[in-house]
Amino acid sequence: MNTKHTICAGLLALTSSIAVSGATFAADPVRVTQQGKQFSEKNLNLVAGQEIIFINDDKVAHNVYTIVKGKKRDLGLQKSGEEDSITFDAAGTYRVRCAIHPKMKMVVKVK
Amino acid sequence: MSEKKSFGIKAAMVIALTTGASTLITADGHDMRDAYKRPAEIPFPDENPYVEDKADLGKQLFFDPRLSRENNLTCGSCHNPSFAWEDAQATSVGTPMSRLGRHTPTVLNLAWGEIYFWDGRAETLEEQALGPIQAGGEMAQDMDQLIDELKAVPGYVERFEDVFPGEGVTPENIGKAIATYERTIVSAQAPFDEWVNGDEDAISDAAKRGFELFNTKAKCVACHEGWNFTDWGFHDIGLGDNDEGRFEVLEIDALKHSFKTPGLRNIVERAPYMHDGSLKTLEEVVDHYNDGFTDRPSLSTEMVKLGLNADEKSDLVAFMKTLSSDDPAVSLPKLPN
Repeated sequence: MNTKHTICAGLLALTSSIAVSGATFAADPVRVTQQGKQFSEKNLNLVAGQEIIFINDDKVAHNVYTIVKGKKRDLGLQKSGEEDSITFDAAGTYRVRCAIHPKMKMVVKVK
Repeated sequence: MSEKKSFGIKAAMVIALTTGASTLITADGHDMRDAYKRPAEIPFPDENPYVEDKADLGKQLFFDPRLSRENNLTCGSCHNPSFAWEDAQATSVGTPMSRLGRHTPTVLNLAWGEIYFWDGRAETLEEQALGPIQAGGEMAQDMDQLIDELKAVPGYVERFEDVFPGEGVTPENIGKAIATYERTIVSAQAPFDEWVNGDEDAISDAAKRGFELFNTKAKCVACHEGWNFTDWGFHDIGLGDNDEGRFEVLEIDALKHSFKTPGLRNIVERAPYMHDGSLKTLEEVVDHYNDGFTDRPSLSTEMVKLGLNADEKSDLVAFMKTLSSDDPAVSLPKLPN
């Protein structure tokens, strides 16, 4: 009896854990830092509606931008210590770059 | 314990005074010079790998005046190896003998580049190579006409077929050949490199002080980083002219009046300076960065008044002079006719 309860409780905990983490994963923003004139990620796979928070941990200013549905999504000048975000609502492949430092680039694939 | 520590500090001071290198250690314990070591190999893209015959063909095209409409200009007319691949003018003369709007940038060390031209409008060196050939004010050549002209030269037809079997003379292959040649144009070892590699006598004490200033008080390293002294980035350095630069290509406010950071290799031989060629000497360049720039909304956040005194400015110039290498002379290629 005791054993059965324990197994059931364990299964319940495992199920809820999967459900919670699954739901949370889809919605969680991804944090990308900018340091040494590089993004911390070169490639990211997201689900539609997910957000990337860009944090400038660098000594110099950056300016993140990408093209979404043919329109420029420009975060503007981001000084050291500042952060801002882009939400990727639609599926597709997006090239993200720093307008000031073009060697800073990453590819975001959204499903 | 205390004695040991104290001895350690004294010993470090003695070593520092002896070598003159103490101030070259960064806050995180690295030697500043480590970030400036030359790469061992030239990078070539997978889409256009190095082949010796392709580079040779590219050199022929680079120095062939038939690539211009009037058959009077070559790539080398502006990118002249005698002037470290620039032309010693504020702005060049194109077709028909008209003055261009921007200073000729060097071709040195483009293999490590990211996007090309002062305003970054070409994504690859292959694309860049075809730009001035066709640009109205530059070589002004019609590409279809150029292909016909080159196909009328048997030596070129044969050469293109050898290098690009089954493809022959095409605009893309002209771009690939010239870009391959351009990637082989690399500044040679300079006194600065010898110092980075451990020869303490390779440069003067003034130049060593200038290098430290370059990395600290003068803030040059914010953009002029790495062995080629560029971040390949775009910055408004406050020259005060109306040219909107990168903003004309990519309409982002921070890019107004911004131009690509030029590398500093062989900079003495590349006067005059800046995208408009408006500064004649390195001394004028240092004065500009010290306090001579125009403040405006798009001015780079890295541009601040530096407060350099006369000795410090002189040391910075002494340092930049150590970046000149004694590059081998470039011979003109024989061209098929």
